[in-house]
Amino acid sequence: MSIRERLSGNEAVATAMKQINPDVVAAFPITPSTEIPQYFSTFVSNGTVDTEFVAVESEHSAMSACIGAEAAGARAMTATSANGLSLMWEMIYIASSLRLPIVLSLVNRAVSGPLNIHNDHSDAMGVRDSGWIMLFSENNQEAYDNTLMAHRIAEHKDVLLPLMVCQDGFITSHSIENIELVEDDKVKEFVGTYKPEHYLLNANEPMAVGPLDLQAYLFEHKYQQAEAMRKAKDVILEVSKDFEKLTGRKYELFESYMLDDAEIAIVCMNSTAGTTKAVVNDLRKKGVKAGLLKIRVYRPFPGEEIAKALSGLKAVAVLDKADSLNAIGGALFGDVTSCMYTQKQNVPIVNYIYGIGGRDTKTSDIESVFTDLETIVKTGNIDNPYRYLGLRKEN
Amino acid sequence: MNDLIEIRWHGRGGQGAKTASLLLADAAFNTGKYIQGFPEYGPERMGAPITAYNRISNTPITVHSNIYEPDYVVVVDDTLLESVDVTAGLKDTGAIIINTTQDKDYLKTKLKNYKGNIFTIDARKISIEALGKYFPNTPMLAAIVKVSGIMTDEEFLEDMKGSFKHKFAKKPEVIEGNMKALELALQNINKID
Repeated sequence: MSIRERLSGNEAVATAMKQINPDVVAAFPITPSTEIPQYFSTFVSNGTVDTEFVAVESEHSAMSACIGAEAAGARAMTATSANGLSLMWEMIYIASSLRLPIVLSLVNRAVSGPLNIHNDHSDAMGVRDSGWIMLFSENNQEAYDNTLMAHRIAEHKDVLLPLMVCQDGFITSHSIENIELVEDDKVKEFVGTYKPEHYLLNANEPMAVGPLDLQAYLFEHKYQQAEAMRKAKDVILEVSKDFEKLTGRKYELFESYMLDDAEIAIVCMNSTAGTTKAVVNDLRKKGVKAGLLKIRVYRPFPGEEIAKALSGLKAVAVLDKADSLNAIGGALFGDVTSCMYTQKQNVPIVNYIYGIGGRDTKTSDIESVFTDLETIVKTGNIDNPYRYLGLRKEN
Repeated sequence: MNDLIEIRWHGRGGQGAKTASLLLADAAFNTGKYIQGFPEYGPERMGAPITAYNRISNTPITVHSNIYEPDYVVVVDDTLLESVDVTAGLKDTGAIIINTTQDKDYLKTKLKNYKGNIFTIDARKISIEALGKYFPNTPMLAAIVKVSGIMTDEEFLEDMKGSFKHKFAKKPEVIEGNMKALELALQNINKID
């Protein structure tokens, strides 16, 4: 029997970390992720976990400590947001290229400046090409579940890549909602013990980590990283199947919501997917064939599968909660459109930049996107595909 | 109870509106409901206007936005009536509950002749009497439970006793006063005609 609880998204992740009981947690506080190491440090003080908690002096050191711990053969976790992730930037790439399956809880927030502490996805989008597996979470439940699955995926011998679990800052991190928790012993059994094949503290196998890697080999090593990312898709599905057996909660690479017979659909990530579901339900009652494709696995990007899922639609809107400031559209839009092209799927697609800096995304905003899609279906005209949702304009 | 009840709280930083919204979520959760309780974070400081929200439903809640058309509004500090449009979007079928001793004419004007039910409660008097200090959030929590009918008085008091035991584990001497504040509040809500 699962445990019925009510927790904020941050409490949910801290609870998952408590149940995982990693060897090392190294973290530096930054809003809105601060509560995760804060709650976790109380578990350490109370002796609920036997984790080595390293209260470092910066996020650069937090990731460095995780890298050191993981290379030594320990299971390491951390949490951060926005500028904290920016300060980790150098070590983020080191972690993935050294093939260290560190797990990071990223509570998404706008990267300054000007200074803003609220939610958007600009922090996550900044590291999308760094070789980390990236899972996105609609609510506290998914942030918890994704965290429980994280180590099994990251530590798999075919993968060995670091993994971040994203959720929306404040919107889910600070909202108290219902959640179903898994019992401690079942989590322990599911996550299992970390048994690295190669590690620094193995006296029988002396090794170097992170030496000079020039023209002769770096290319091949990068290819291996890319191969691991490609293989991660199957591992994620396999672990998700096991998780479904344990909890009854089904996870795939993305969630198709009312998509099978849909004519128009929205593609988005994190909490806005929940708001979109409510709008889809309302529109369905009015006879509008609306649907949603919610990205769970953003890296590796399930391009072929997404192209197939969107192939029967008459118009699609991709919502990006970060502007790439590149004059052609957001990152998710670029990913979706390029895989549609290579899969030879010619469906009209438009992009909306939305929710920047915590701008609230209302059901009426989502309704307006579906209305725009209906117009595109009717007229066949897209005009400008790079649009803004909820932006105030000068009169 | 309707399938979904949406509540908006207006208070000032330090008055406990956020805590009250979380306690309400807790209490409703304990009666088997699906709940959301979340504050709107701004430049938080003592005395600044703050907003907090609750959704309470019999079915899972997926919407993750602020609340624009609430069923109920709770005003923890009546000086906000001068500066905040507290009835914005408030449904005529709903109600507003204000911590105030102001008269009917003043309230009607400030609420722009809001057509739904208007309730007042003197949370200051109740709090001073029960706790010896001014903590308006406890009486306001009782008031919204009573007006919205989310649960019975008995269910609510029983549940809050448990919550306070947990919340005030390190200062059990304040539990009795807080329970008294809830009981007094349940009996001292006035409806404005």
